Amino acid sequence: MVKMHTARDGARHTVPARPRRGLRDLAYDPTTRGIVLQVLLVLALLALGAEIVSNALTNLEKQNIASGFGFLERTAGFDISQTLIDYANTSSYGRAFWVGLLNTLLVAGLGILISTVIGFVIGMARLSSNWLIARLAGVYVEILRNIPPLLMLFAIYFAVLKSLPLPRDSLTLPLSSYLNVRGLTIPKPIWLDGIGIVVAALVASVIAALALKGWAARRRAATGHGFPAVGIGLALVAAAPAIAWVMTGFPVAFDMPQMGRFNVTGGLTLLPEFVALLVGLSLYTAAFIAEIVRAGIAGVAKGQKEAAAALGLSRRQAMRLVVVPQAMRIIIPPLTNQYLNLTKNSSLAVAIGYPDLVHVFAGTVLNQTSQAIEVIAITMAVYLLLSVVTSLLMNWFNARMALVER
Amino acid sequence: MKSILTTGLAAIVLAAVTAGPVLAQGTLQKVKDRGQLVCGVNTGIAGFSAPDDKGNWSGLDVDLCRAVAAAIFKDPAKVKFVPLTAKERFTALQSGEIDVLSRNTTWTMSRDTSAGMNFAGINYYDGQGFMVNKALGVKSAKELSGASICVQTGTTTELNVADYFRQQGMTYKPVVIEKLPETLAAYNAGRCDVFTSDASQLYATRLTLGSPADHIVLPEVISKEPLGPAVRQGDAQWGNIVRWVLFALINAEEFAITQENVDKMKDSTNPEVKRLLGSEGDFGKGVGLDSDWAYQAIKAVGNYGESFERNVGQGSRLKISRGQNALWRDGGLQYAPPIR
Ligand SMILES: N[C@@H](CCC(=O)N[C@@H](CS)C(=O)NCC(=O)O)C(=O)O
Repeated sequence: MVKMHTARDGARHTVPARPRRGLRDLAYDPTTRGIVLQVLLVLALLALGAEIVSNALTNLEKQNIASGFGFLERTAGFDISQTLIDYANTSSYGRAFWVGLLNTLLVAGLGILISTVIGFVIGMARLSSNWLIARLAGVYVEILRNIPPLLMLFAIYFAVLKSLPLPRDSLTLPLSSYLNVRGLTIPKPIWLDGIGIVVAALVASVIAALALKGWAARRRAATGHGFPAVGIGLALVAAAPAIAWVMTGFPVAFDMPQMGRFNVTGGLTLLPEFVALLVGLSLYTAAFIAEIVRAGIAGVAKGQKEAAAALGLSRRQAMRLVVVPQAMRIIIPPLTNQYLNLTKNSSLAVAIGYPDLVHVFAGTVLNQTSQAIEVIAITMAVYLLLSVVTSLLMNWFNARMALVER
Repeated sequence: MKSILTTGLAAIVLAAVTAGPVLAQGTLQKVKDRGQLVCGVNTGIAGFSAPDDKGNWSGLDVDLCRAVAAAIFKDPAKVKFVPLTAKERFTALQSGEIDVLSRNTTWTMSRDTSAGMNFAGINYYDGQGFMVNKALGVKSAKELSGASICVQTGTTTELNVADYFRQQGMTYKPVVIEKLPETLAAYNAGRCDVFTSDASQLYATRLTLGSPADHIVLPEVISKEPLGPAVRQGDAQWGNIVRWVLFALINAEEFAITQENVDKMKDSTNPEVKRLLGSEGDFGKGVGLDSDWAYQAIKAVGNYGESFERNVGQGSRLKISRGQNALWRDGGLQYAPPIR
């Protein structure tokens, strides 16, 4: 290790006193050797890779299994129960890929949000001085961590199905909404001309409110005068879009749910498969997050709490202002893992019929096209990308927390 | 991230190298060396392939595997059954995990060409149908517009239903689930109005529902589903074995050779029977087997008609009539080329 350092330094700055190096010295020079070996290794890997690819292609051809990515443009021919973008069975396999991906993102994104909230609540509850609350939180964690997530999904899915009424006995909710075994159907907003103005007003007012808050903080730092920035900001954010809303003449219409022969038609339906998957993933992951939160809080030195108490902070204030910010540093890295786990576990969707990426693309599309290698490669690349992006975001967040706190 | 990369690499390496040996050595030789035929079957459709409580498999598709094993080993027990869902089955065959896929699989052009498989014949002529709860009062598939439909993923069923509703100008809401038990449970819980599948499978699955009499199969048959065994492409000899074992069972029915009388029939004077049972000519050689290959197959499972009646026909709970699956001379479609 040490030797390498000196050698590397020697190679970098040409020291005049050193005699000229011959070919032999070069061969024994660790830097050169390192480079040569690495180049050879990369070449060998490339050759191996090329061999694998060409071997796979030959084998596929011999077995007469189609290859290439042309299939993405062919007609899919199957239907999907939940589509966030326009899709029909006449759309392409490529379109089906996007539908599946968006469904994965939807359930993973919401799952991350919900599991974080539940996880933090349970994690803090475990540390509560109230014996009952701490115990209940402990029981939650122990039970949920020890159930295989797939079993849990089945349990939730069929519990949801068994407890809801058949369509003809639908529960009628306010706003012409219906709840039955096929899901919750609510009026579907249809945005009309002018909605852009309302959105623009909302965005502009949010920016203005933030700017106001910044200005108030600076003024307070400089002069010590307070300013009710939060109140005024909130009023602004509420008023501006509302005025735009009225002035553009309420640019929204509703597609109202209606009782049909078999199903509620029209409206926007929240499918039981989606709800079951979301709830299952969130509850399951929350148990792990709770443990991480508990460990993080327990990991903050006791002296910190005592010091906060000595300063006259209440327990609540000590928690919020002193302990949690420091605990976050311990919490965030393992939290990232849980987010990645949740995203990957969302592929259990196929078992209960939620049309996520694995169900639609690595399932139906793979099966209909038989192009396993291409489909699996794309699917893996997507999950890899999702993982990398999640990690990067969390690293950024971690760095911010660390800086703010020190 | 590293682990995803390595697993990915491993998967591709596996795909690249496993396909090799499969082709290098003939399947027959591989099966003989192993001492066992590995047959991909359904995870459980009564009459086609289902294990009993002791793990013994039976069914029409299972019989075909046993017949092939008997033709090769003179022992119908030398089969290992690998239960596969609709989604898993093709990968299992392509990767060499199984030797034959005998799992109510529809012969379609893309499967027979660009999926690396070849179909060896048709052991059941089927078509897709719809099952609904009687309480809905539906009498025809044409009334199904707006219905929720449960279907298993990875099937032709999934595509046919989309085609049918588009053609009829009707809408529907799909509920697509990976495995059959959960699909049926969803149907049973009222998650969908309709369960759709090949008609034979509707009859079989209806028996597993709480009260079968509450469900009816609608009269419309919306597709052609010729079901049959498939093998990997590129091994003609192996394909010939599976195809001719099936033909042997169908021909046996035509010549009234049964499991019971097959020994006596060896002394028949009918030249066609003699050729089939190997007492004249050596047709086994052509498929790389002994001359008693067909005798062994028939001895093991009986002729096609016997296998049909025992598994899905009058001798079974399904009570499916021969219909299209009767011999050609009885007005059906089952027709095997002559052995000559
Ligand atoms: N014949 C159709 C459908 C065959 C099929 O898989 N049917 C399902 C629905 S009943 C089945 O047998 N499932 C049982 C299983 O997955 O083991 C095909 O080849 O795609």
